[in-house]
Amino acid sequence: MTVRTAELLMGFATLLVSLGLMWNVYSDGLRIGWVEGRGPGAGMWPFWLSLGMALASVATIIRWFQGKTPESRSTEPYIAPETLFLVTVSALSILVLLVLMNIIGTYLSLMIFMFFYVRFLGQHTWGMTMAFVLGAPIFVYLLFEVALTKYLPKGWPIFEEGFLWIDNFRWEYF
Amino acid sequence: METILVSLGGGLLQAFEPLNLFMIFAGCLAGLFVGCMPGLGSVNGVAILLPVTFLVPPTAAIIFLAALYYGAMYGGAISSITLGIPGASTAVATVFDGRPMAQSGKADKALMAAAIASFIGGTVSIVLFTLFAPPLAAFALKFGPQEEFALMLLAFATFIGLGGDDIPKTIFSILLGLVMAAIGFDIISGQPRMIFFDMVEFQRGIGFLVLAIGIYGIGEMLWTLESTKGKVQMHSVNITWARFKENLREIKDYINSTWIGSVLGFFVGTLPAAGATPASLMSYGLSKTFSKDPESFGKGNVAGVAAPEAANNAASTGSMLPMITLGIPGSPTTAILLGGMIIWGLRPGPLLFTESPDFVWGLIGSMYVANVATVLLNLALIPVFIRVLAMPFTLLTPIIFMLCVLGVFATTDRMFDTWIMLILGVGGYLLRKLNYPVAPAVLAIVLGPLAERSLRQSLISSQGDVTTFVTRPISLTCVILAVLLISYPLIQRMMRRRAEAQT
Repeated sequence: MTVRTAELLMGFATLLVSLGLMWNVYSDGLRIGWVEGRGPGAGMWPFWLSLGMALASVATIIRWFQGKTPESRSTEPYIAPETLFLVTVSALSILVLLVLMNIIGTYLSLMIFMFFYVRFLGQHTWGMTMAFVLGAPIFVYLLFEVALTKYLPKGWPIFEEGFLWIDNFRWEYF
Repeated sequence: METILVSLGGGLLQAFEPLNLFMIFAGCLAGLFVGCMPGLGSVNGVAILLPVTFLVPPTAAIIFLAALYYGAMYGGAISSITLGIPGASTAVATVFDGRPMAQSGKADKALMAAAIASFIGGTVSIVLFTLFAPPLAAFALKFGPQEEFALMLLAFATFIGLGGDDIPKTIFSILLGLVMAAIGFDIISGQPRMIFFDMVEFQRGIGFLVLAIGIYGIGEMLWTLESTKGKVQMHSVNITWARFKENLREIKDYINSTWIGSVLGFFVGTLPAAGATPASLMSYGLSKTFSKDPESFGKGNVAGVAAPEAANNAASTGSMLPMITLGIPGSPTTAILLGGMIIWGLRPGPLLFTESPDFVWGLIGSMYVANVATVLLNLALIPVFIRVLAMPFTLLTPIIFMLCVLGVFATTDRMFDTWIMLILGVGGYLLRKLNYPVAPAVLAIVLGPLAERSLRQSLISSQGDVTTFVTRPISLTCVILAVLLISYPLIQRMMRRRAEAQT
């Protein structure tokens, strides 16, 4: 996809989002004008600002047809093919990390994430990979669970119990 | 004046408390690190590390983040000079002369000039800050909701008038941030708003940090991965004690441009849309104009390194002025700091000076100390940071991604927010590739709740009469300035057309 096509599609996408927001406020029955005796309605701010977003999107689309923005004249690829792989894989790896965090918990999924990124994408040595795979969960445990006292997602009960078994050592011995 | 000096003394003493002093050094180091990594700047560092600062009391936390802010301004120069890639957008102008200097084997001289100019820029701007902040805050105490709203209008107008980006795209970005801030329960009527797909998670709204980390953590890393492809070319730096002393004697070559950068940077930095990047570019341009040898700029003139570096440091302090005194952030980084202050339970704005003087003066005192700490750390650790720069992106990226995900989770305790962060990060990246500015959206989501409240309060108190914004002198001035700023690009275009027609 060229930058030119991408800008037009983005213009329509932002227009749709804006109209969707306006519809959302309207269909929830929020008052968008003055409510007698109470002042501006709860829907006033989001509704009229969304209308502004819609108008800005329309302006971008019009400017695209007039060829006024540099992007509307650019036939370069939107994301260069040689970097598309790296960017997509990076974004997907976060997605997989988030999914896994709900299933096998933060620590195991972080280990898999680090292994994938350092060893597979980065092609680093096994030593470096293991340092990241083991170092990341330990660092996260000390910073978030011990210092910041946050209970990070532990996934399904079986994984949570496994974690609690390890976590018990902290309370028993420290 | 005397009260300022007494308060400043108290602030300095506070900065020397062990925890705060430690935070200053830790912040400077973290800042130097994020500043020198290509693609990461102060805003990324502050966004990603804000959740971690909940470990310490608010004063220590803001001291850490402010020190990080300075450190990043110093650090940006390191990669601009040795790699020829700006470490942050604020160091773009440093590349113009820093790179040619490194190519001709004078990288050490450029690095030193950058550090010294940054130090002078930082110091001058902190003195200006100390002088201007208390009277401005005292003046701002007179502000009612009308003035607050007009001031925010003015802040957003600066993005349209001076941002230099595509205007419809800038407006879209501002409005998107403002609308996103409205998701969740309405602060005045208590009604739920924009609960998409009936998901109860939306009732608590979308926190500014979710957007900021999404855009400046995830989106920015994707952007950097794409633009550098993980490969960089570095120049060697030759540092010896003898060269250090020799370089120190050459300060006179660039002291004038440093002064220009320092003063200009501070004032440009106070404008919400301007900030450190335009300040450094403007100061580069001005020193070139005033130079006796403008031809040598761009070919390795040391003044071309000093001017932007002094300006970006001065601008970072400048952008704190409206944040502390008016509650309007002067840059995306201070927008995130402002959001942090709200999380810490402080109310940014003129009352801060009277309600939390320890916090404000502790911060100001720490700025002086942080500036000295950073210049020393910077000069001492240049060889270390050059090593750090050789670190491959495939090692840095997973750490940043991890901190983004867990940082967002730690602030809100909800996995839902991490999903939103990923969506906003990827969305922000795609928008940014089409030249949609993202900084206005971040500023808007922070100011959104305040702006909506002040607008509705003003309208309620005036019984719906919108002229309330133009019948009060301060608010009228802001509205007029805002209108002028918004119409500035139009006026500019008309003048250009007329000039073309005449020729």
